[in-house]
Amino acid sequence: MALLAVIVVLSIAVGAKAMPLADVWSGLLHRDATEYAVVHRMRLPRTLLGLLAGAALGVAGAVMQALTRNPLADPGLLGINAGASAAVATAAAFLGVTAVGGYVWFALLGAAAVTALVYAVGGGRGATPARLALAGAALNATLYSYVSAVMLLDTASLERLRFWTVGSLASADSATVTRVLPFILVGLLVALGAARPLNALALGDDAARALGARPALIRAAVIVAVTLLCGAATAACGPIVFVGLLVPHLVRALTGPDLRWLLPYCAVLAPALLLGADVLGRVLGRPGELQVGMVTAVLGGPLFLWLVTRRRVAQP
Amino acid sequence: MTVLRTSWGLSLRFRPRALGVGVGAALLAAGFGLVALGSGDYPMGPADVLRTLTGGGSVAEQFIVFDLRLPRLVTALLVGASLALAGTVFQSLVRNPLGSPDILGFTQGASTGALVVVVLGGSSLALAGAAVVGGLGTGLVIYALAWRRGVHGFRLILVGIGVAAILTGVNGYLLTRAPLMDAARAVLWLTGSLDGRGWANAGPLLAVLVVLAPLVLVGCAPALRMMELGDDAASALGVPVRRLRLVLLAAAVLLVSFAAAAAGPVSFVALVAPHVAKRLTRAPGPNLLPSMAVGAALLVGADLVAQRAFAGHQLPVGVVTGVIGGSYLVWLLAMERRAGRL
Repeated sequence: MALLAVIVVLSIAVGAKAMPLADVWSGLLHRDATEYAVVHRMRLPRTLLGLLAGAALGVAGAVMQALTRNPLADPGLLGINAGASAAVATAAAFLGVTAVGGYVWFALLGAAAVTALVYAVGGGRGATPARLALAGAALNATLYSYVSAVMLLDTASLERLRFWTVGSLASADSATVTRVLPFILVGLLVALGAARPLNALALGDDAARALGARPALIRAAVIVAVTLLCGAATAACGPIVFVGLLVPHLVRALTGPDLRWLLPYCAVLAPALLLGADVLGRVLGRPGELQVGMVTAVLGGPLFLWLVTRRRVAQP
Repeated sequence: MTVLRTSWGLSLRFRPRALGVGVGAALLAAGFGLVALGSGDYPMGPADVLRTLTGGGSVAEQFIVFDLRLPRLVTALLVGASLALAGTVFQSLVRNPLGSPDILGFTQGASTGALVVVVLGGSSLALAGAAVVGGLGTGLVIYALAWRRGVHGFRLILVGIGVAAILTGVNGYLLTRAPLMDAARAVLWLTGSLDGRGWANAGPLLAVLVVLAPLVLVGCAPALRMMELGDDAASALGVPVRRLRLVLLAAAVLLVSFAAAAAGPVSFVALVAPHVAKRLTRAPGPNLLPSMAVGAALLVGADLVAQRAFAGHQLPVGVVTGVIGGSYLVWLLAMERRAGRL
């Protein structure tokens, strides 16, 4: 919590325009201060969006890892973000949708389709982490090839989408935040509510039934939650990989596998990571900025590689 | 398996069905090629094309066929054959039908190299060179990371997926650094296009293919078939597994990188061509030669579709292979799942 608070302060305080902390503070509180506009219209929404998207991706990753019993599950790696991207690209190029508010529904649709597909293909019994990751990678390759084809056919959508597809918080404004807020809140609540039954499910379907849980219902609820979380986060920030993979693994070292502890910690630490990566991108990228999706890919990638090169996970 | 013995003591072993598929696909590629050479703003009949190719025809026809259309066709044939050969080797090495360069990160590495040149503003020759360097560098990194007392199929795949994800992020970032016009050029290249390809594009790839194809086809094919049985079995049969795997990986990465340098990272040919060949020949093991013929036919056919599908609007060939390959892939995933292999 303290870590998150520090990073939130940093996220508001550090920007493209250097600003002393005192000015930031007065901009935050006093309507007539010259910094009010910068802080309220740009940095505050950006920070809020980072909080929401980070929590969404972290929790989505954690429940996916629990549901598929797969340490490599991540909304980005399994193609769910790519599904949302493909749907958004379609909307932007062919249906003339330009605002994030319009993106959300398409992103949800795309995320839902891919979530169902990946789960159907690789989520059942006998599916190993490696095979599931492979199915996700195959879907990723297909969907990104489609997205680049769309960008190619329509220069206007290239201009819009090439920034969006990297994954960035830069487009944040208060409208975006209020648009995705309900989806992410509902998704988080469903995921947190599923924590206890998911714990039971980890013992196997029969044991879960004996404990009074209903496996089919839990799976459906988790898929709905993942769809809401990933779809909304992708609509607002573009596809961001590795946050959903990285954070649950870090948190599990603190809390152990109990989801009732794991999920809340993820909901706090994932935003800290995302905002931290965003701040890092702004500092490193001066005078411009490095998009946050790029920073998480470069930071999270090595962790993924470390996970898979350990012996256990790499077995087929 | 049929064995052909000559009076000089040489013997040639082949499967009649595989040979038939190879010849059939090659003929199909030639047929597509004939149509491709004959069509365009200056249409020519097949007879005219053949006459021009054999030295006849007017000066104008000579110019159109030899300077404008043939380089593109040859590039398409070579790129298709190279990608298919590399894909067959990869799928055989990692013992997984999805182990193609698109998924293992080599394609993304070649793209990263090329994008760096686009952002820095280099010539198209530098772009091709950077694609080769990027692809080879990625191959080295993946091999080094996957190394743990030998390189095994699944670890190679997973490391490849991780590297591909990182590079996708890097590529997206590089795309945002370029001015819009350069970005459009870069996306065109990233999709894979044969537009305006000349002999300068076909030449290096031809050289690589001439060296590597015999090496793989003659030198490594029998051992590769044994390696599909598993490393232990292959070692027991006297195959130097590690050295051979390194050689084959290097050859496949080189083929992919030079193909990307010539036409961009055309997606899914490396994945799909081996499958189609395998289905047609019904032969176990890597179908190297039939795959190459299928790959060449596939790419030339896709390019023909890309040029003609929308009147007055030329698509890059990668869009067509992406759509075909993507649909095929989803179907394949479902099939693998049903067969319990995934």
